[in-house]
Amino acid sequence: MHPAPSVIIFTCISGLGFGLLTFLGLNFPDVSGWTAFWFFFIAFGLAVGGLVSSTFHLGNPQRAWKAFSQWRTSWLSREGVFAVLALMVMGLYALLVIFFDTKIAPLGWLGAALSLITAICTSMIYGQMKTVPRWNMSSTPVLYVMYSLAGGALLAGQMTAALVLIVFLTGFQIYAWMQGDKRFDEAGHTIESATGLGNLGKVRLLESPHSGENYLTKEMIHKIGRKHAMKLRIISALFLGVLPIFVMTFMEVHHIGAAVLVISHMIGLFISRWLFFAEAEHVVGLYYDKR
Amino acid sequence: MTALPASTPKKLGLAIDLDICVGCHACVINCKEWNTSNYGAPLGDQDAYGANPVGTFLNRIHTFEVKAPEQPAQTVHFPKSCLHCEDAPCVTVCPTGASYKRAEDGIVLVNESDCIGCGLCAWACPYGARELDAQEGVMKKCTLCVDRIYNENLPEEDREPACVRTCPANARHFGDFADPESNVSKMSAERGGLVLMEDQDTKPVNRYLPPRPKADIQTDGDIDILAPFLEPVADTPKGLLGWLDKALEAI
Repeated sequence: MHPAPSVIIFTCISGLGFGLLTFLGLNFPDVSGWTAFWFFFIAFGLAVGGLVSSTFHLGNPQRAWKAFSQWRTSWLSREGVFAVLALMVMGLYALLVIFFDTKIAPLGWLGAALSLITAICTSMIYGQMKTVPRWNMSSTPVLYVMYSLAGGALLAGQMTAALVLIVFLTGFQIYAWMQGDKRFDEAGHTIESATGLGNLGKVRLLESPHSGENYLTKEMIHKIGRKHAMKLRIISALFLGVLPIFVMTFMEVHHIGAAVLVISHMIGLFISRWLFFAEAEHVVGLYYDKR
Repeated sequence: MTALPASTPKKLGLAIDLDICVGCHACVINCKEWNTSNYGAPLGDQDAYGANPVGTFLNRIHTFEVKAPEQPAQTVHFPKSCLHCEDAPCVTVCPTGASYKRAEDGIVLVNESDCIGCGLCAWACPYGARELDAQEGVMKKCTLCVDRIYNENLPEEDREPACVRTCPANARHFGDFADPESNVSKMSAERGGLVLMEDQDTKPVNRYLPPRPKADIQTDGDIDILAPFLEPVADTPKGLLGWLDKALEAI
């Protein structure tokens, strides 16, 4: 699948933002006044920034508001609805915390739950795709939620929680990569099954429908990113987990240290999200004898 | 609303005969011509006369080679357009309700004034039946020529999809799969119509009629079975040619 920068930025950044909102809603860290303002400022900046970025890949972004209507069937619509609900509830909560020094705990819990549900909805946009076997597995939502929570914990300065979550996240990401490698073959999709001609013999594409590219081949048969997949996985795992875990375990983390941790984790996150798209193979490639 | 209708009284679709299709791409061209000048946004092209032409098409013909061991290879031309699935994943993923399946006849359509061009429906389709138009930013797909089949301004013989109307080999057939007595239902039952990518659980309406088994030709190692019929009939020349033949051999 084509790794569109706007979609990578959207899923990464808004995931982190809603992860931080989850922790803020649960009153971690216990802050008020200006300190609380900056925490909420970062959280809303990331969540809203990500959502705005997601509209950049639309063909007609001026109609994006219509995407709130189909929450009964569409995960993308649900994501939009829950994102707005989470932002409204947490906005009210933040307003009360910052300006009125009032904490209504149940309101925060509700906001935290809505933030977490938003991350799940994002993951299901991809997890539901039966046409992309690498995405269509239960580890996809687990992974997205773990990324959201681990990054959120780090941004919220919850070092113990962050350490535990990042250890689990890194391990689970490696497991998901390995599972993902087997998915396409496990699903049993081949050019023979796709064309239904397998009973006649071995099938190969003799002539492509057209001499050049088309929307489908550009969008769904994207091979460039896979060339260095293994190296990128290692680099991602190092920045995402190994380095932050090392720093958190063996060093005293202050403000600059925390910034380094967050940046390192985010580099790892961006690389792994790039791979999430670049390594994903769509079954339509079979009709083009490509994967 | 992007919820699918529980069932449709009609299931309009195509039966495509893989045994007959000659891969001439006439249906591709007629589809493009009709659909670029009628319903909805035109089918845009980019760099049409340049080095890397790209464009939106609703119907494309793939050509496959099928080879069984010890058998000569076989060419199968494979037209591909929307299969108007009963359980269309492209409809349910749509966040705006632009993508829908008609309750009356099962045709899957896009309401272009609601489409935001997010591309999710194209991801959800295993067949590659949807293409985002780069010019208009909206999703384009086969409409089963909904603006032809019910169009009373057209002569009756033209009230079928453009691809079916134009096919010079009669490889494409249009009809109602909900009616077991329709042309397409009978054809599909007789020939064992293929359901494309059944494991994707999309329940396509369109059926592909598989290539008929080839006659088991005994070639005795000589693959050119027609050559013996083309050998010269007269092996000993007579008359003037006979004299010439003898004279030349004598030199």
